[in-house]
Amino acid sequence: MNPEFADELRKKISEVTAHYPKKEAALLPVLHLAQKEFGYISPEVEKEVAALLEISPMKVREVLTFYTMFNRKTVGKYHIQICSNLSCILAGGDTLLDYLREKLQIQLGETTADGRFTLSAVECLGACEQAPCMMVNFDYFGHLDQNKIDQILEELD
Amino acid sequence: MENKNLTKLYDVENIHKLEIYLQKDGYTAVKKALKDMTPDSILDEVKKANLRGRGGAGFPAGVKWGFVPKTVDKPKYLCVNADEGEPGTIKDKYIMKNTPHLLLEGIIISSYCVGINTAYIYIRGEYENIAQRLEAAISEAYTQGYLGKNILDSGFDLDVHVHRGAGAYICGEETALLESLEGKRGNPRLKPPFPASIGLFQCPTVINNVETLSNIPSIILNGAEWFCQQGLPTDGGTRIFGVSGKVINPGIFELPGGTSLKDLIFKHAGGMRDGKKLKAVIPGGMSAPILKADEIDINMDCDSLMESHSMLGSGAVIVLDEDTSMLDVLKIVIKFYAHESCGQCTPCRIGNSWIKKIVYRIAEGKGKKGDIDNIIRLASNMLGKTLCPLGDAAAMPILAITQKFRDELEAKVGN
Repeated sequence: MNPEFADELRKKISEVTAHYPKKEAALLPVLHLAQKEFGYISPEVEKEVAALLEISPMKVREVLTFYTMFNRKTVGKYHIQICSNLSCILAGGDTLLDYLREKLQIQLGETTADGRFTLSAVECLGACEQAPCMMVNFDYFGHLDQNKIDQILEELD
Repeated sequence: MENKNLTKLYDVENIHKLEIYLQKDGYTAVKKALKDMTPDSILDEVKKANLRGRGGAGFPAGVKWGFVPKTVDKPKYLCVNADEGEPGTIKDKYIMKNTPHLLLEGIIISSYCVGINTAYIYIRGEYENIAQRLEAAISEAYTQGYLGKNILDSGFDLDVHVHRGAGAYICGEETALLESLEGKRGNPRLKPPFPASIGLFQCPTVINNVETLSNIPSIILNGAEWFCQQGLPTDGGTRIFGVSGKVINPGIFELPGGTSLKDLIFKHAGGMRDGKKLKAVIPGGMSAPILKADEIDINMDCDSLMESHSMLGSGAVIVLDEDTSMLDVLKIVIKFYAHESCGQCTPCRIGNSWIKKIVYRIAEGKGKKGDIDNIIRLASNMLGKTLCPLGDAAAMPILAITQKFRDELEAKVGN
């Protein structure tokens, strides 16, 4: 099925494309917009983006697969990304990762059966002063412990 | 002595809003630069200020600007490096979140100085909320005539756009950043040509870090001499140091360049947590070679750390205590670089993945005699053999850890 690029999305895409002297330079922002709309970038979305920016679908695939923030398959409503770099591990981030695995009953890269949560371990998020930290979608949470994680997850819709 | 410059307004409520920023004498530096100064006099002042790049390389900003040809028949670009991916680095987000207009002032003045009419802020994708704040600040600045056409009736035009990255450490490397901004994979370019002559869209380009540019307004207002007094004559200004790891008060600390590392850890960051002993310090982000506890009697400026065979990098300090296993540290370091290598250069791609295999094997208790020598050999063969500094950025900390903590690591290798 072809993805529906609604008028509003098309408008946003043409606005962001106007920021650059070459259309193809807008590829990252356009992929961000598409991911926000569809949740992930399917091969069909790749083709549509390629057509809009007048580049080959393979060019889109090539770029898409380079950057870790673009999802190529569906993710949960809440994507939990926990930092696994040095300052967070020094603050116990690895035990929190185990805790999340246990709590959600999923492994890294997996999504809960109800489609609510996807769990990922990521490299430094730039919040080392609040270690251990994680992101839930685009929101940062720091100074984590098991109780705080319970509380954060409970407060989500 | 309190001489805060970049962070002095952080207690002012809503200082990120233009209205409040203007009440605190915001945009006076832009007014002074555009009305009373010529591009040449600005360049002269920035050169004299010895403002060294805050992103990691420590290259003098004025000299970098000076490399851009004055008259060309192509547009020139400014790219603001807000990728902030070096592990331990936490400072630019505070600047962008709290005082986005300070950064915009720096962008406007540097663009005016170099003759640039379009600037891009390349911000790491994870900082989405901060990117939105920047966009709000940019839109405020357009409304009040600080951006757009004929800024403050000076005849100078400038457009600023926010460009989001998407989770790739390598895009903090300046030429990878350019590729990424052009809508490509973040594979670094061969230098020369340098971005100052052939950069973004094949045009002359200046690439500066967020903190570097945010220092420009105070240089314009107070002069180069004042700025050098805030730090060192050869390394002007304060720095926002980030301290994390096993200290009592992790956070950011704006202090004069050349502040003692010992003071930073034991005075400003409150000393060691839980009364533990200091074991080692990574002084400038993960790429900076580690210092042992007896090596931290050192000043935090570019030249002092270079003399100690480490680097100031982004000023991000990670503190390790006596309980920290250096094998664990090595494992995290190599996991990071093996993951973030773009794969373009063989020594970095293969070197990092082989070192990772060896380190992980040792961690599983399956170390073999000669493993540490092999790690050192592999890392040494990455040094200076790659297009971009990522190969060195991986090799340097790996060599420092294996050489300085060899006995501890050998004990883990076993027989």
